[in-house]
Amino acid sequence: MIIKILGSGCKKCITLSENTQAALDNLGREAQILKVTDIVDIAAHGVMSTPALVIDDNVVSVGKVLSAAEVEKLLCA
Amino acid sequence: MELFKWLNDQLLRMDWLAWLVRVLVEDGFGMDMASRTGASLHFFIYDVIKIFILLAVLIFSISWVQSYFPPERTRRILGSMSGFKAKLTGALLGTITPFCSCSSIPLFIGFTSSGLPLGVTFAFLISSPLVDLASVILLASIFNWSIAIAYVLIGLVLAVLGGTLIGRAKMERYVEAFVMHNPVLDIPQEQLTRRDRAQFAWAQVSDIFTRVWLYVLIGVGIGAAIHNWIPTGWIEALLGQENWWSVPLATLLGIPMYADIFGTLPIAEALVGQGIGLGTALAFMMAVTALSLPSLIMLKKVVKAPLLALFFGIVAAGIVLIGYLFNAFSYLFV
Repeated sequence: MIIKILGSGCKKCITLSENTQAALDNLGREAQILKVTDIVDIAAHGVMSTPALVIDDNVVSVGKVLSAAEVEKLLCA
Repeated sequence: MELFKWLNDQLLRMDWLAWLVRVLVEDGFGMDMASRTGASLHFFIYDVIKIFILLAVLIFSISWVQSYFPPERTRRILGSMSGFKAKLTGALLGTITPFCSCSSIPLFIGFTSSGLPLGVTFAFLISSPLVDLASVILLASIFNWSIAIAYVLIGLVLAVLGGTLIGRAKMERYVEAFVMHNPVLDIPQEQLTRRDRAQFAWAQVSDIFTRVWLYVLIGVGIGAAIHNWIPTGWIEALLGQENWWSVPLATLLGIPMYADIFGTLPIAEALVGQGIGLGTALAFMMAVTALSLPSLIMLKKVVKAPLLALFFGIVAAGIVLIGYLFNAFSYLFV
Protein backbone atom coordinates (compact mmCIF):
# COMPACT_ATOMS: atom_id res chain seq x y z
CA MET A 1 0.00 0.00 0.00
CA ILE A 2 1.23 3.48 -0.83
CA ILE A 3 -0.07 6.42 1.12
CA LYS A 4 0.53 9.97 0.00
CA ILE A 5 0.19 13.09 2.07
CA LEU A 6 -0.37 16.13 -0.12
CA GLY A 7 0.59 19.48 1.31
CA SER A 8 3.19 22.18 0.92
CA GLY A 9 4.95 21.33 4.15
CA CYS A 10 2.84 23.22 6.64
CA LYS A 11 2.28 22.10 10.22
CA LYS A 12 -1.06 20.57 9.31
CA CYS A 13 0.53 18.20 6.82
CA ILE A 14 3.10 17.06 9.35
CA THR A 15 0.37 16.36 11.89
CA LEU A 16 -1.63 14.43 9.32
CA SER A 17 1.43 12.40 8.45
CA GLU A 18 2.04 11.59 12.13
CA ASN A 19 -1.59 10.64 12.65
CA THR A 20 -1.46 8.38 9.60
CA GLN A 21 1.65 6.66 10.93
CA ALA A 22 -0.10 6.19 14.28
CA ALA A 23 -3.14 4.71 12.55
CA LEU A 24 -0.93 2.23 10.68
CA ASP A 25 0.81 1.27 13.91
CA ASN A 26 -2.51 0.78 15.69
CA LEU A 27 -3.74 -1.50 12.93
CA GLY A 28 -0.41 -3.29 12.77
CA ARG A 29 -0.09 -2.54 9.07
CA GLU A 30 2.79 -1.37 7.00
CA ALA A 31 2.72 1.15 4.24
CA GLN A 32 4.97 3.56 2.51
CA ILE A 33 4.13 7.16 3.36
CA LEU A 34 5.13 9.63 0.68
CA LYS A 35 4.97 13.37 1.12
CA VAL A 36 4.01 15.31 -1.98
CA THR A 37 4.99 18.93 -1.58
CA ASP A 38 5.22 20.25 -5.14
CA ILE A 39 2.21 22.42 -5.73
CA VAL A 40 1.70 21.30 -9.34
CA ASP A 41 1.89 17.64 -8.29
CA ILE A 42 -0.64 18.33 -5.57
CA ALA A 43 -2.99 20.03 -8.00
CA ALA A 44 -2.51 17.15 -10.46
CA HIS A 45 -4.50 15.01 -8.01
CA GLY A 46 -7.42 17.40 -8.40
CA VAL A 47 -6.92 18.66 -4.88
CA MET A 48 -7.59 22.32 -4.04
CA SER A 49 -7.26 22.35 -0.29
CA THR A 50 -4.50 20.73 1.68
CA PRO A 51 -3.64 18.64 3.57
CA ALA A 52 -5.03 15.77 1.56
CA LEU A 53 -4.69 12.04 2.04
CA VAL A 54 -4.25 9.66 -0.89
CA ILE A 55 -4.44 5.90 -0.42
CA ASP A 56 -3.30 3.87 -3.44
CA ASP A 57 -4.00 6.77 -5.80
CA ASN A 58 -7.48 7.43 -4.41
CA VAL A 59 -7.94 10.81 -2.80
CA VAL A 60 -9.84 9.99 0.37
CA SER A 61 -9.76 13.28 2.25
CA VAL A 62 -9.06 16.95 1.49
CA GLY A 63 -8.63 20.02 3.61
CA LYS A 64 -8.78 18.36 6.97
CA VAL A 65 -6.27 17.13 9.52
CA LEU A 66 -7.70 13.70 10.20
CA SER A 67 -7.20 12.12 13.59
CA ALA A 68 -5.53 8.71 13.83
CA ALA A 69 -8.92 7.12 14.44
CA GLU A 70 -10.36 8.70 11.29
CA VAL A 71 -7.42 7.49 9.22
CA GLU A 72 -7.91 3.97 10.64
CA LYS A 73 -11.50 4.01 9.40
CA LEU A 74 -10.39 5.06 5.93
CA LEU A 75 -7.66 2.39 5.88
CA CYS A 76 -10.20 -0.30 6.73
CA ALA A 77 -12.79 0.92 4.25
CA MET B 1 -23.51 57.48 17.45
CA GLU B 2 -21.52 58.39 20.55
CA LEU B 3 -21.47 54.76 21.59
CA PHE B 4 -20.39 53.66 18.13
CA LYS B 5 -17.60 56.20 18.13
CA TRP B 6 -16.43 55.03 21.55
CA LEU B 7 -16.49 51.36 20.51
CA ASN B 8 -14.67 52.26 17.29
CA ASP B 9 -11.99 54.24 19.10
CA GLN B 10 -11.42 51.68 21.82
CA LEU B 11 -11.87 48.35 20.06
CA LEU B 12 -10.66 49.20 16.59
CA ARG B 13 -8.26 52.08 16.97
CA MET B 14 -7.31 50.86 20.43
CA ASP B 15 -6.91 54.28 21.99
CA TRP B 16 -6.46 52.54 25.34
CA LEU B 17 -3.39 50.81 23.95
CA ALA B 18 -1.94 54.04 22.58
CA TRP B 19 -2.36 55.51 26.05
CA LEU B 20 -0.78 52.50 27.79
CA VAL B 21 2.20 52.51 25.45
CA ARG B 22 2.58 56.25 25.98
CA VAL B 23 2.76 55.65 29.73
CA LEU B 24 5.31 52.90 29.12
CA VAL B 25 7.49 55.07 26.89
CA GLU B 26 7.30 58.18 29.07
CA ASP B 27 7.39 56.73 32.56
CA GLY B 28 8.82 53.28 31.91
CA PHE B 29 11.67 54.29 29.61
CA GLY B 30 11.78 57.91 30.71
CA MET B 31 11.63 59.19 27.14
CA ASP B 32 10.01 62.27 25.74
CA MET B 33 7.15 61.56 23.37
CA ALA B 34 8.07 64.69 21.44
CA SER B 35 11.54 63.32 20.75
CA ARG B 36 12.23 61.24 17.66
CA THR B 37 13.27 58.12 19.53
CA GLY B 38 10.31 58.34 21.88
CA ALA B 39 7.83 58.82 19.07
CA SER B 40 9.34 56.04 16.94
CA LEU B 41 9.32 53.67 19.86
CA HIS B 42 5.69 54.51 20.58
CA PHE B 43 4.69 53.99 16.95
CA PHE B 44 6.55 50.67 16.86
CA ILE B 45 5.25 49.14 20.10
CA TYR B 46 1.70 50.40 19.65
CA ASP B 47 1.41 49.31 16.01
CA VAL B 48 2.96 45.89 16.55
CA ILE B 49 0.68 45.05 19.47
CA LYS B 50 -2.37 46.46 17.71
CA ILE B 51 -1.73 44.57 14.49
CA PHE B 52 -1.04 41.31 16.32
CA ILE B 53 -4.25 41.60 18.35
CA LEU B 54 -6.31 42.43 15.28
CA LEU B 55 -4.60 39.71 13.29
CA ALA B 56 -5.44 37.01 15.83
CA VAL B 57 -9.06 38.09 16.31
CA LEU B 58 -9.70 38.73 12.62
CA ILE B 59 -8.06 35.63 11.21
CA PHE B 60 -9.94 33.52 13.72
CA SER B 61 -13.34 34.95 12.85
CA ILE B 62 -12.70 34.99 9.12
CA SER B 63 -11.43 31.44 9.14
CA TRP B 64 -14.61 30.43 10.91
CA VAL B 65 -16.64 31.90 8.06
CA GLN B 66 -14.23 30.39 5.54
CA SER B 67 -14.76 26.92 6.92
CA TYR B 68 -18.24 27.13 5.37
CA PHE B 69 -16.76 27.91 1.95
CA PRO B 70 -14.04 25.40 1.08
CA PRO B 71 -12.75 25.71 -2.51
CA GLU B 72 -14.86 22.76 -3.63
CA ARG B 73 -18.02 24.54 -2.55
CA THR B 74 -16.88 27.85 -4.04
CA ARG B 75 -16.34 26.04 -7.32
CA ARG B 76 -19.80 24.48 -7.18
CA ILE B 77 -21.45 27.81 -6.43
CA LEU B 78 -19.59 29.56 -9.25
CA GLY B 79 -20.27 26.70 -11.64
CA SER B 80 -24.00 27.15 -11.19
CA MET B 81 -23.88 30.76 -12.39
CA SER B 82 -22.84 32.60 -15.48
CA GLY B 83 -22.04 36.05 -16.83
CA PHE B 84 -21.81 39.09 -14.65
CA LYS B 85 -23.40 37.36 -11.69
CA ALA B 86 -20.74 34.66 -11.70
CA LYS B 87 -17.93 37.22 -11.84
CA LEU B 88 -19.41 39.32 -9.07
CA THR B 89 -19.93 36.23 -6.91
CA GLY B 90 -16.38 35.15 -7.71
CA ALA B 91 -15.07 38.51 -6.57
CA LEU B 92 -17.22 38.38 -3.42
CA LEU B 93 -16.19 34.83 -2.56
CA GLY B 94 -12.59 35.93 -3.09
CA THR B 95 -12.97 38.24 -0.11
CA ILE B 96 -13.66 35.39 2.30
CA THR B 97 -11.24 32.87 0.93
CA PRO B 98 -7.83 32.24 2.40
CA PHE B 99 -5.27 33.12 -0.14
CA CYS B 100 -1.58 33.22 -0.53
CA SER B 101 0.44 32.75 -3.66
CA CYS B 102 0.91 29.12 -2.67
CA SER B 103 -2.79 28.32 -3.04
CA SER B 104 -3.34 30.17 -6.29
CA ILE B 105 -2.11 27.23 -8.38
CA PRO B 106 -4.37 24.49 -6.99
CA LEU B 107 -7.33 26.88 -7.12
CA PHE B 108 -6.59 27.95 -10.67
CA ILE B 109 -6.17 24.35 -11.85
CA GLY B 110 -9.18 23.13 -9.89
CA PHE B 111 -11.44 25.89 -11.18
CA THR B 112 -10.29 25.83 -14.78
CA SER B 113 -10.28 22.06 -15.21
CA SER B 114 -13.87 21.87 -14.01
CA GLY B 115 -14.88 24.21 -16.82
CA LEU B 116 -15.27 27.53 -15.02
CA PRO B 117 -14.71 30.37 -17.49
CA LEU B 118 -11.38 32.18 -17.18
CA GLY B 119 -13.20 35.46 -16.48
CA VAL B 120 -14.80 34.04 -13.34
CA THR B 121 -11.60 32.40 -12.14
CA PHE B 122 -9.65 35.62 -12.59
CA ALA B 123 -12.33 37.73 -10.89
CA PHE B 124 -11.78 35.43 -7.93
CA LEU B 125 -7.99 35.42 -8.22
CA ILE B 126 -7.79 39.21 -8.37
CA SER B 127 -10.10 39.85 -5.45
CA SER B 128 -8.61 37.20 -3.16
CA PRO B 129 -5.34 38.85 -2.19
CA LEU B 130 -6.59 42.38 -2.75
CA VAL B 131 -9.71 42.56 -0.65
CA ASP B 132 -10.41 40.50 2.38
CA LEU B 133 -12.38 41.06 5.51
CA ALA B 134 -9.22 41.46 7.55
CA SER B 135 -7.95 44.26 5.35
CA VAL B 136 -11.26 46.10 5.68
CA ILE B 137 -11.16 46.08 9.46
CA LEU B 138 -7.48 47.01 9.46
CA LEU B 139 -8.10 49.93 7.12
CA ALA B 140 -10.95 51.06 9.33
CA SER B 141 -8.66 50.80 12.34
CA ILE B 142 -5.75 52.69 10.84
CA PHE B 143 -7.64 55.17 8.66
CA ASN B 144 -11.41 55.24 8.91
CA TRP B 145 -14.57 53.44 7.84
CA SER B 146 -15.31 55.42 4.70
CA ILE B 147 -11.82 54.69 3.35
CA ALA B 148 -12.23 51.01 4.23
CA ILE B 149 -15.58 50.71 2.48
CA ALA B 150 -14.45 52.67 -0.56
CA TYR B 151 -11.41 50.39 -0.79
CA VAL B 152 -13.53 47.25 -0.79
CA LEU B 153 -15.99 48.56 -3.35
CA ILE B 154 -13.23 49.68 -5.69
CA GLY B 155 -11.33 46.41 -5.18
CA LEU B 156 -14.45 44.46 -6.15
CA VAL B 157 -14.99 46.65 -9.21
CA LEU B 158 -11.39 46.02 -10.27
CA ALA B 159 -11.82 42.26 -9.81
CA VAL B 160 -15.08 42.09 -11.78
CA LEU B 161 -13.80 44.39 -14.51
CA GLY B 162 -10.47 42.59 -14.76
CA GLY B 163 -12.24 39.22 -14.89
CA THR B 164 -14.60 40.50 -17.58
CA LEU B 165 -11.77 41.84 -19.74
CA ILE B 166 -9.77 38.63 -19.41
CA GLY B 167 -12.90 36.63 -20.23
CA ARG B 168 -13.53 38.76 -23.33
CA ALA B 169 -9.96 38.34 -24.54
CA LYS B 170 -10.54 34.64 -25.27
CA MET B 171 -7.29 33.55 -23.70
CA GLU B 172 -8.16 29.89 -23.14
CA ARG B 173 -5.46 28.73 -25.54
CA TYR B 174 -2.85 30.36 -23.32
CA VAL B 175 -3.62 28.06 -20.44
CA GLU B 176 -1.12 25.21 -20.18
CA ALA B 177 -2.63 22.09 -21.72
CA PHE B 178 -2.28 19.88 -18.66
CA VAL B 179 -4.56 22.20 -16.69
CA MET B 180 -7.54 21.45 -18.91
CA HIS B 181 -6.98 17.72 -18.65
CA ASN B 182 -6.48 17.69 -14.93
CA PRO B 183 -8.84 15.30 -13.12
CA VAL B 184 -11.75 16.99 -11.39
CA LEU B 185 -12.10 15.58 -7.97
CA ASP B 186 -15.49 15.66 -6.39
CA ILE B 187 -15.43 13.89 -3.12
CA PRO B 188 -18.19 14.63 -0.67
CA GLN B 189 -17.38 17.45 1.69
CA GLU B 190 -16.76 16.31 5.21
CA GLN B 191 -19.29 17.48 7.73
CA LEU B 192 -17.47 19.79 10.07
CA THR B 193 -18.49 20.05 13.68
CA ARG B 194 -18.20 23.29 15.61
CA ARG B 195 -15.09 21.84 17.17
CA ASP B 196 -13.57 21.15 13.75
CA ARG B 197 -14.25 24.74 12.69
CA ALA B 198 -12.66 26.11 15.85
CA GLN B 199 -9.66 23.86 15.28
CA PHE B 200 -9.43 24.95 11.67
CA ALA B 201 -9.66 28.61 12.67
CA TRP B 202 -6.92 28.23 15.29
CA ALA B 203 -4.70 26.39 12.87
CA GLN B 204 -5.17 29.27 10.40
CA VAL B 205 -4.25 31.83 13.05
CA SER B 206 -1.04 30.05 14.01
CA ASP B 207 -0.23 29.30 10.37
CA ILE B 208 -0.65 32.90 9.24
CA PHE B 209 1.02 34.20 12.37
CA THR B 210 4.17 32.19 11.81
CA ARG B 211 4.16 33.25 8.17
CA VAL B 212 3.70 36.98 8.63
CA TRP B 213 5.05 38.04 12.02
CA LEU B 214 8.42 38.94 10.58
CA TYR B 215 6.85 40.97 7.77
CA VAL B 216 4.76 42.83 10.33
CA LEU B 217 7.83 43.69 12.41
CA ILE B 218 9.71 44.82 9.30
CA GLY B 219 6.70 46.75 8.02
CA VAL B 220 6.14 48.55 11.29
CA GLY B 221 9.88 49.17 11.59
CA ILE B 222 9.95 50.83 8.17
CA GLY B 223 6.79 52.71 9.11
CA ALA B 224 8.39 53.99 12.33
CA ALA B 225 11.48 55.05 10.40
CA ILE B 226 9.44 56.88 7.77
CA HIS B 227 7.34 58.43 10.50
CA ASN B 228 10.12 60.11 12.40
CA TRP B 229 13.54 59.77 10.81
CA ILE B 230 13.20 60.62 7.17
CA PRO B 231 13.21 64.41 6.88
CA THR B 232 9.78 65.75 6.06
CA GLY B 233 9.68 66.77 2.48
CA TRP B 234 11.85 64.01 1.01
CA ILE B 235 9.05 61.53 0.58
CA GLU B 236 6.64 64.25 -0.31
CA ALA B 237 9.03 65.48 -2.98
CA LEU B 238 9.21 61.97 -4.42
CA LEU B 239 5.65 60.76 -4.01
CA GLY B 240 3.76 63.93 -3.28
CA GLN B 241 0.41 64.68 -4.86
CA GLU B 242 1.60 67.37 -7.20
CA ASN B 243 3.78 64.88 -9.07
CA TRP B 244 1.78 63.11 -11.74
CA TRP B 245 4.19 60.17 -11.58
CA SER B 246 3.72 59.48 -7.87
CA VAL B 247 0.98 56.86 -8.31
CA PRO B 248 2.70 54.79 -11.03
CA LEU B 249 5.97 55.06 -9.11
CA ALA B 250 4.35 53.79 -5.90
CA THR B 251 2.80 50.92 -7.85
CA LEU B 252 6.15 50.07 -9.41
CA LEU B 253 7.88 50.16 -6.02
CA GLY B 254 5.27 47.80 -4.60
CA ILE B 255 5.41 45.07 -7.23
CA PRO B 256 8.71 43.36 -6.35
CA MET B 257 7.81 43.42 -2.68
CA TYR B 258 5.98 40.50 -1.31
CA ALA B 259 4.14 40.91 1.92
CA ASP B 260 0.60 40.66 2.99
CA ILE B 261 -1.67 43.44 4.03
CA PHE B 262 -0.69 43.22 7.68
CA GLY B 263 2.89 44.15 6.97
CA THR B 264 2.06 46.77 4.35
CA LEU B 265 -0.52 48.85 6.17
CA PRO B 266 1.86 50.38 8.71
CA ILE B 267 4.02 51.58 5.82
CA ALA B 268 1.01 53.07 4.07
CA GLU B 269 -0.03 54.70 7.32
CA ALA B 270 3.37 56.32 7.79
CA LEU B 271 3.46 57.44 4.15
CA VAL B 272 0.13 59.20 4.53
CA GLY B 273 1.45 60.75 7.74
CA GLN B 274 4.32 62.14 5.65
CA GLY B 275 1.92 63.95 3.41
CA ILE B 276 1.68 61.70 0.38
CA GLY B 277 -1.72 61.20 -1.20
CA LEU B 278 -4.06 58.53 0.14
CA GLY B 279 -4.40 57.12 -3.37
CA THR B 280 -0.63 56.86 -3.73
CA ALA B 281 -0.37 54.95 -0.44
CA LEU B 282 -3.24 52.64 -1.37
CA ALA B 283 -1.72 52.00 -4.82
CA PHE B 284 1.50 50.99 -3.12
CA MET B 285 -0.40 48.68 -0.78
CA MET B 286 -2.44 47.08 -3.54
CA ALA B 287 0.66 46.55 -5.67
CA VAL B 288 2.44 44.79 -2.82
CA THR B 289 -0.48 42.50 -2.03
CA ALA B 290 -2.03 41.81 -5.43
CA LEU B 291 0.99 41.82 -7.71
CA SER B 292 4.04 40.10 -6.44
CA LEU B 293 6.87 38.38 -8.19
CA PRO B 294 6.44 35.08 -6.29
CA SER B 295 2.80 34.78 -7.27
CA LEU B 296 3.53 35.71 -10.88
CA ILE B 297 6.25 33.05 -10.99
CA MET B 298 3.72 30.57 -9.59
CA LEU B 299 1.09 31.50 -12.15
CA LYS B 300 3.64 31.15 -14.91
CA LYS B 301 3.55 27.40 -14.29
CA VAL B 302 -0.05 27.18 -15.43
CA VAL B 303 -0.57 29.99 -17.93
CA LYS B 304 1.49 31.16 -20.88
CA ALA B 305 3.09 34.56 -21.20
CA PRO B 306 0.32 36.44 -23.09
CA LEU B 307 -2.33 35.61 -20.50
CA LEU B 308 0.04 36.36 -17.65
CA ALA B 309 0.92 39.68 -19.23
CA LEU B 310 -2.73 40.57 -19.71
CA PHE B 311 -3.53 39.73 -16.09
CA PHE B 312 -0.55 41.73 -14.90
CA GLY B 313 -1.35 44.67 -17.18
CA ILE B 314 -4.99 44.88 -16.19
CA VAL B 315 -4.32 44.70 -12.48
CA ALA B 316 -1.45 47.19 -12.65
CA ALA B 317 -3.51 49.63 -14.73
CA GLY B 318 -6.43 49.19 -12.34
CA ILE B 319 -4.25 49.95 -9.33
CA VAL B 320 -2.85 53.10 -10.92
CA LEU B 321 -6.35 54.25 -11.84
CA ILE B 322 -7.61 53.61 -8.31
CA GLY B 323 -4.64 55.55 -6.97
CA TYR B 324 -5.50 58.60 -9.06
CA LEU B 325 -9.18 58.33 -8.12
CA PHE B 326 -8.44 58.19 -4.42
CA ASN B 327 -6.04 61.11 -4.69
CA ALA B 328 -8.62 63.15 -6.55
CA PHE B 329 -11.43 62.39 -4.14
CA SER B 330 -9.53 61.94 -0.90
CA TYR B 331 -11.01 65.14 0.48
CA LEU B 332 -14.25 63.18 0.77
CA PHE B 333 -12.70 60.68 3.15
CA VAL B 334 -10.29 62.43 5.42
